Amino acid sequence: MYLRKELWAAGLALAASLAVAPANAEEPKHGGTLTYLIPADAPPSFDAHRETTYATIHTAAPYYSVLIRVPPDNPASTTEFVCDLCTEMPTPTDGGKTYTFKIRQGVKWHDGSTLTAQDVATSWQYIVKPPKGVTSARQSYYEMVDSVAAPDDSTVVFKLKYATTAFLPALADPYTWIYKKDILEKDPHWYEKNIMGSGPFKLVKYEVGQSITGERNKDYYHKGKPYLDGIIGIFADKQSVRVDALRADRASIEFRGLPPSARDQLVKELGNKVWVQDSDWNCGNILTPNHQKKPFDDARVRKALALAIDQWHGAPALAKIANVRTVGGIVFPGSPLAATKEELEKIPGFWPDIEKSRAEAKKLLKEAGAEGLKFELLNRNVDQPYKFVGTWVIGEWKKIGLNVEQKVVPTGPWFSNMRAGTFDVAMEANCQSVVNPVLDTGKYLPHKVYPENYGYYDDQKSIDLYEAMQKETDPKKQREAMRAYENHTLAEEMHEIVLPYWYRIILGRSEVKGFKISPSHYLNQDLSSIWLDK
Amino acid sequence: MYRYIVKRLLLAVPTLAGAAALVFLLLRAIPGDVCVIRLGAGGTHVDPASVAACHHQLGLDQPMIVQFLAYLWHTFTFDFGISMWSGNRVIEEIALRLPISMEVAVMATVIAVLLAVPLGTISALKEGTMLDHVVRVLAIAGIATPSFWLGIMSMILVLNVSSAWTGRPWLPPIDYVSPFQDPIRNLSMVLLPAITVGYRYSAVTMRITRSAMLEVLREDYIRTARAKGLLEQIVVNRHALKNALLPVVTLIGIEFAFLIGGLVITEQVFNLNGIGRLLVQAVQNQDNVLVQALVMLVVVIFIVTNLVIDVLYAWLDPRIRYS
Repeated sequence: MYLRKELWAAGLALAASLAVAPANAEEPKHGGTLTYLIPADAPPSFDAHRETTYATIHTAAPYYSVLIRVPPDNPASTTEFVCDLCTEMPTPTDGGKTYTFKIRQGVKWHDGSTLTAQDVATSWQYIVKPPKGVTSARQSYYEMVDSVAAPDDSTVVFKLKYATTAFLPALADPYTWIYKKDILEKDPHWYEKNIMGSGPFKLVKYEVGQSITGERNKDYYHKGKPYLDGIIGIFADKQSVRVDALRADRASIEFRGLPPSARDQLVKELGNKVWVQDSDWNCGNILTPNHQKKPFDDARVRKALALAIDQWHGAPALAKIANVRTVGGIVFPGSPLAATKEELEKIPGFWPDIEKSRAEAKKLLKEAGAEGLKFELLNRNVDQPYKFVGTWVIGEWKKIGLNVEQKVVPTGPWFSNMRAGTFDVAMEANCQSVVNPVLDTGKYLPHKVYPENYGYYDDQKSIDLYEAMQKETDPKKQREAMRAYENHTLAEEMHEIVLPYWYRIILGRSEVKGFKISPSHYLNQDLSSIWLDK
Repeated sequence: MYRYIVKRLLLAVPTLAGAAALVFLLLRAIPGDVCVIRLGAGGTHVDPASVAACHHQLGLDQPMIVQFLAYLWHTFTFDFGISMWSGNRVIEEIALRLPISMEVAVMATVIAVLLAVPLGTISALKEGTMLDHVVRVLAIAGIATPSFWLGIMSMILVLNVSSAWTGRPWLPPIDYVSPFQDPIRNLSMVLLPAITVGYRYSAVTMRITRSAMLEVLREDYIRTARAKGLLEQIVVNRHALKNALLPVVTLIGIEFAFLIGGLVITEQVFNLNGIGRLLVQAVQNQDNVLVQALVMLVVVIFIVTNLVIDVLYAWLDPRIRYS
């Protein structure tokens, strides 16, 4: 009976999902106010250069412009980038080390003044090399950048230290909002508490922890956009509130992602009054064994942990209750640099024959003298999907005789335990915005070069393989280099265990049109393409 | 009386200092770091230089004693400092949320008193009757039901009933509007949480009212009043109820103080941007400055409420004098 209900709900979800396709081909209508839910408390600040939470993006992205971005009409692309403030995507010169961007003319700030290349260059200078006392959360993404300059009011030139394919995706990062030069130079902290950009919407009012309201920017430079007259973002950190609000039409959409159970419930109750879009998510849980603790310093034990987990059968089952679905390696599955299924199946932990895999795991544990090992899995006190995935993994480990207790703690102690190395195995997440495999896989580098790797291992070969891959610009050779780095990280050393990637499910009321899902909840959030069919 | 009030207020100073020291030390004992949470909560890379800069900006690189003295200074100058999470003044963060919590607390208290005192009194007067049993069941159900569960159920009920009646599910607004701006919208948002909280609150008060009334009704002076031929209404209202209200007032006061900062889950369930929700967020974010201020606010509310209750005692029972 339960299975039948689930199938019915899934069928409805699929039908609703398909129903959106022709809607996107419709002629957009102007007008109306979109009420959307921000699944968070108030953001710590409005300054995207310093913050890392999506709460800042979902709150204030509609008020800002960026230099380049993922295409709003195809945000699922992992390789394509288009101009926002520039006029055309440049062809790099100087052996791939110089990028010259022409900046749109006549772009107005919301205060009525004119935006120039000086504003763009200064914003980027603050991101790449922030002055003392200013925080740039993603400064390390731009280590390849040597200088940013605006030789005139319509040109911005980026000079790189070395050519790399990581540069353009990093440049399209959704947190790289363009700020006004005069304001930044007068008070670099001004943007933490104030909003003044050149994006599709102008700020009307902000009520801390309650809502943020914007109105259409009539001077917006993408002609005809935005379609909406206004937007209201309501902060609602509790999932039940968001689901009820969508059900009662108090809000039309939320942009982070709902769990499958909420999707099924709403689709069942609202039928064709809602649509669903879903996508692989550029976020995934990874298991990090603490190499400083015995017996996790032994590669055989780490491999056994991976071999016990039946990813191919577990992922689809888990997808029914948790925001996870696709099995992948260290690279996001949608990227050309990602391992194919055949390549993955050669790596321990991804073998298709789970019986053989678990037999090997038991053998390795016996050899390492770690049969019946007892340990703790440190996990974060977040339901979706951390605790679901943690519970599943422990069940898998039990099948090879391991006795694992899940230690679930709030975010603060979770971080501090990992930073202090006071854990056995930790459930982590690697969550990125623009799919940028070269930078995203930095997470698997040793702690000494990537301080947020909590495995605490030293491995020069890993660093060498990564650097070779990072600086390779030929796509085929880079793919081979990525495989070598992945094989070393997973197959040879099993430094980390990569679990199924998260799955993003967006549900909107049927009148909301123009939204296209991307593999990240950070992307495509300026809302300029959204319109209401009312 | 005035001397008593002044004395009580002076005694509040060491209480506040003790509470301040305790909350400061307890928060420092919890592992975690507001900067790491802020910079890395999304699962993205956390740059150690950014963490260090954040520590410096927030004064977390200062010795503990320096941080404690700064905190004491902020507390006793009613400044409370700057939120480590939002960078806003703590006093502003609280001022924004306090009216919402106060509104729900006052409404819940009014609902509770209006339900509890008459029903508790009737239950005592009609002891052992069907009416008494009904009131007692109502009270026990209220005590046994967590208000957050009742809140969720009431939301679902409203959604389902409105859907069945009108074909369109209806829900109260989830974004707060001041009562001065739009009283109807404000009321439709606040009423449901006030009822769910008020019901539990009334259940406890109902039980206390009933047992206090039963005790008083068995007193000799009540028997004397009846023997004198006084009207039952006068016996109950003037002689019994006023005396029975002493423990009820204590309970109402304590519950009210608790509601200001204690509606943690109810505020989340109804998306109310109040003090309880702020406290949860501050604890999750390890915003120690904000947590300290909120705890001190609750302590002050309890101290003031207790003082008001003691003063009310003297009015309710003329035998009590504080000279």
